[in-house]
Order: sequence, then structure tokens, then C-alpha cells
Amino acid sequence: MKRSSKSWLMGSAAAALVLAGGVAFGQTTITGAGATFPYPVYAKWADAYAAKTGVHLNYQSIGSGGGIAQTKAKTVDFGASDAPLTQQQLDEIGLIQWPMIMGGVVPVLNVPGVKPGEVKLTPTLLADIYLGKVANWSAPEIAAVNPGVKLPDLAITVVHRADGSGTTWIFTNYLDKVSPEWHSKVGTSTAVSWPTGVGGKGNEGVSAYVLRINGAIGYVEYAYCLQNHMTYTLLRNGAGNFVSPTAKAFQAAAANADWKDAPGYYLVLTDQPGAESWPITGASFILFYKDQPDATKAKAVLSFFAWCYANGQKMAEELDYVPMPKNVADMMEANWTAKVHSAGQAVWK
Amino acid sequence: MVRRAHGRAPLVAEGVFRVVALTCAAFVLVVMAGLFVVLLVRSHLSIHRFGWGFLWSDAWDPVRDHFGAASSIFGTVASTAIAMVIAVPLSLVIALFLVEIAPPRLARELLAGIPSIIYGMWGLFVLAPLMATHVQPAMQKVFGTFPLFSGPPMGIGVLTAGLVLALMVLPFITAVARDVFALVPPVMKEAGYGLGATTWEVTRKVTIGYGMKGLVGGVFLGLGRAIGETMAVTFVIGNDHRIAASLFASGNSIASTLANEFTEASEPVYLSALVELGLILFVVTLVIQVLAQLWLNRLGRLAGNRS
Repeated sequence: MKRSSKSWLMGSAAAALVLAGGVAFGQTTITGAGATFPYPVYAKWADAYAAKTGVHLNYQSIGSGGGIAQTKAKTVDFGASDAPLTQQQLDEIGLIQWPMIMGGVVPVLNVPGVKPGEVKLTPTLLADIYLGKVANWSAPEIAAVNPGVKLPDLAITVVHRADGSGTTWIFTNYLDKVSPEWHSKVGTSTAVSWPTGVGGKGNEGVSAYVLRINGAIGYVEYAYCLQNHMTYTLLRNGAGNFVSPTAKAFQAAAANADWKDAPGYYLVLTDQPGAESWPITGASFILFYKDQPDATKAKAVLSFFAWCYANGQKMAEELDYVPMPKNVADMMEANWTAKVHSAGQAVWK
Repeated sequence: MVRRAHGRAPLVAEGVFRVVALTCAAFVLVVMAGLFVVLLVRSHLSIHRFGWGFLWSDAWDPVRDHFGAASSIFGTVASTAIAMVIAVPLSLVIALFLVEIAPPRLARELLAGIPSIIYGMWGLFVLAPLMATHVQPAMQKVFGTFPLFSGPPMGIGVLTAGLVLALMVLPFITAVARDVFALVPPVMKEAGYGLGATTWEVTRKVTIGYGMKGLVGGVFLGLGRAIGETMAVTFVIGNDHRIAASLFASGNSIASTLANEFTEASEPVYLSALVELGLILFVVTLVIQVLAQLWLNRLGRLAGNRS
């Protein structure tokens, strides 16, 4: 009795080993880590791609900073970041980067009686609110650009991200561009020394705080604003028009982007020209080593992204992201051919 | 003769037991020492750059790579202090009630089994709006412009974090206090009653006096939990590197800073500063434990002398 149960155990263990081996050999898994901002669309693409080719993507949305750190540590096949790296940073590690998807960051607020799109903000006003200089909704600075809107005597509670985040990078980059005071006091980063306010963890944390606190203003990725039916604001762009955050306005900002002349594809889409451009638009980037140890693996990763460029537009638009235009995608694939090597051979031909 | 009847086996077992027990006990110390060394090594960069100033600098600027622990230490101390001020007297009374007055079989360790993230969510979705709409405006009405209760009533901040912590440590302190009070020999209490003392006098002079040592142990158990609590605090403290006079303002504790920022810290100095925060938490907890032990020993000696 004892003996037979033992041999049964041995048998099943052996079977399990064979099974596990079979799974490991029969299926290719590519791994990536980084930005949370594009995670929903990457997940959707990966699902469709796995159903078609059997190649699975294991993407951990741990944040842009984490993505860069994991890429440096070489624990993943590719990294993802909402903040582009400069040419110098890329060269130091031996990486290339390419933009994969674009989207918008939207100021949202919670003021009793105020409906979505009712409040207008100028760039300076948004910066001054985040600097703590304009601290009440009834402030004359706000009333000046919002004639006819009844705003209560209510303290403004600024909500920002508590964790480091690519969304914060895009947002602070914008404030940095439009406000000299922000530039000298705070600066641009995935996490900054906030002059005022409370911090929520993740886009969902910021949404929750804004929805909880009377008089709050925060900034979230567009999809979170839609899903939570939040009260967004209009924002004045570089051309002097007040625009609503819509996929069309993000596209307008992206259309003017000059990828060809950006060294290392370091290009930031905030405060772009154009009458309809949404001013806080950003691209999310993929980080990839130029020198790949395993040509097959490298090819599998690049094939996935090429497929996304070619077939992913519709899925991206369904999730309110802006896909990269065809000419940019072609440019990036040409860059792969030129830059990515394994044992001296080009990986992408 | 007896020993021979049993053979050498008991002696061998005794030896094995001693070695196993000693190894296990030493293992704990080795792990602690290992933790300390790793934290020290990993925070070297930050210690080297900021020196002792790290402890009292309230800067936290990832853009300029300038870091200080003061705001996190302040938030940890403030929220823990609020928690203890509320929880200690309350759990004492609850424990006394359970031992002296309540009918037996009352559920009381229910709160201890709840995962901390549930407290956090409850804090954010139930307690925070309650604080913002009722409690904080009412406090401002009573205290006027007293700086401790100034600023917009957000519902999120150091005070709310302290309240949630108080609720979390309450069952720990209560459980220990109840056990301690239950251990008071009935004959002591009966002697008290025999002398004509009231329930209150017996409680104060006999029960509390007898159980002091255990009580302090329970308080330190709660303190240890409050000081390192992460998830619940992260939800409600507001996560802002700031030292504010107002209890309504947002703040940050060491544990919540670590939870928020560890994954995104890509710069070596940033990461190192976070590890140094961890080191500070480790040392503070250790010091508290050691002080508690010394205090207990001293109490034990005093009690010994008296008897």
C-alpha cells in the first residue's frame, strides 16, 4: 500500500515535469515592465497577439522608474517609460527607445455645482494652483477667466501622485514649460517636491482623493477621467484657445510632433502648437537594448511591437489612446534594423 | 539506578534539544544582524552624502536629489502618538470591563483579525468623508483658529491616520491587558473587598497595580504595530512630505513613503535615501523594544523588592 502510493507520487511528479517542460518549450513568453499609463492598451494588444500567434506577453505595470530600473538590471526583455530618456542616457546604458502610444493628462476637480468642462484654466493659473499661490475657488484669478461660472468660497486642495509616475512627468513637464516659477522652484520629474497638496497612489488613488475631497483638483490619465465620470476642466493651449480633453485634441497635439529631428526620439508632446491641440499630451516609450544576447528572443519582441504598430490602432482608439501614425511606425522599424544587433548581425530585417 | 533504567537516550535527547533551541534562538539574532548590515550597506550613498543632517532635513526633492527624513519621521511619530493617546486609555477601560464587569464569552479579538488594507479602505471611504463633513468642521467651530486644527477639512491627514491606527492597535493592547487582569489572583481582590474597598478602589489599587508590567508590554506591542503600519496609513495620511502644525494637514510616515516610492526610485541616491529611511525605522523599533525590556526589568525588580 505504502509502496504503491509512493510510486504513484513519483509517476505524477514525472508527469508534471514533462508537462511543465512541454509548456516551457511550446510557448514563447516575452517580458516587459514599466509605465502604468499605457498598461491597458498593452494588455489588450497582448491578448489579441497571443490568440493569433501563441506568443505571450508578461507585462508588469510597476511604473516608469521601475521600468528603467528593471531594464538596467536586465531582468526583462524590454522596459517601458512615459518619460523619454535623453540621447546621452540611452547611450550610457546602450539602449534605443521608440514611442509606442500617445495619450492625454487631464486636470479634474470636485467643486459642488460645477459640471464637466465648465471651468476654464489658463496655463499660469494651473501652475499657480499647484504652486499653492491660488488657494481658493473664489479667487479673482479664477473668476477672471470664468465669467458667468458661480464658484464657491472653498479652499482648493491640490491632489498629486504620491508614487513616482510617468503621468507626473508629463504633467510637471508641462507646468515647467508654461511657468518660470515652477521651473525654478520645482522642475520636471516622475516625482517632485510638491509645494502643496495631498498625494494619492496611482491614477486610481488620485481619482479617489479628488472624488472624496470637496474643493479638490487633481490630474489623471484621460481614461481614468472617463471611467470615473470626473469633472474635467478646459485648458488654454499655446494658440490661445480653450480646448476640451478629447481623443481628437490629443491627436491634434501629436500631429505636429517632429519625430524625425528628435535625437534618440527624445520628444515631449506637451504644449504643442496647433489651434486644437490639447496641451498636456504625452507619448509612452519602449526601451530596448541595442546589443541583444538572444536573436530569436529579440526578434520575438520586435515582431510583437511591429504587429501592434500595424494592427493595434483600433484597439488603442477604443481605449481612448492615440496610436502612432504609419510614417512614425515605419521610421521606428527602420531604426530597429539600423541599431539592434545580436552577435554582430542585424535582428530586424 | 533510575537513569540506567532509561538508558542514555534521555541524555542524548536533552543535548539535541539544547542545540536545536540554541540554533533557533541564534537564528533570530543572525537575521536581525543581517537585516541591519544590508540596510546599512545599501544606504551608504545617502549617509555619505547627507550625513546626520538627513535626520532633521525636511527636504524631499527627487528632481534635485536632495533628501531628508524629518517629514517622514514627524508623520510617523505624530500619527503613532495620536493612536496611542486614544488607544491606551480606551483599551485599558475595555479590558477592565471585560474582566470585572462583562458577561463571559463576549467577542473581543474580532478586530485583530482584519487585514490592514481593509482598515485603510474603511478609513478612506467611510472615516475620511465623515471627518471632512462633520468632525473636522465641528472641531474648528469649537477651537476656532487654534493652529492644531487649522486648514481646510479634507478628512485625510495625520489625525485620520492616527484614528485608524488607534482602532488597529486597540485589540492588541486590550487582549494583553485583559489577560494580565485575568491573572490577578482572586485572593488579592477578595482581600481588597474584605477590607471594604469598592470595585473602583480594587480595580485601581489591586488589579492595575498588579498588572502594570503586563500592561506596559501590551502598550509596546501596540506601539510596535502602529509605528510600522503601512497600508492603512498610506490610504489616509495624504502622502505629502510636509511638517505641518495642523493635525488636519496631510503628512507622510516612514512606512508609507517606502510603500509609495520604492518602485519608482531610479536614481541611486533616491533609492539609498529610501533604504536609510528603512534603517531609521529599524533602529527606532529596536530601541523601543530594548527600552520596553529595560522598563519591564526595572518594574520587575521594584515589584520584587516590595514583596
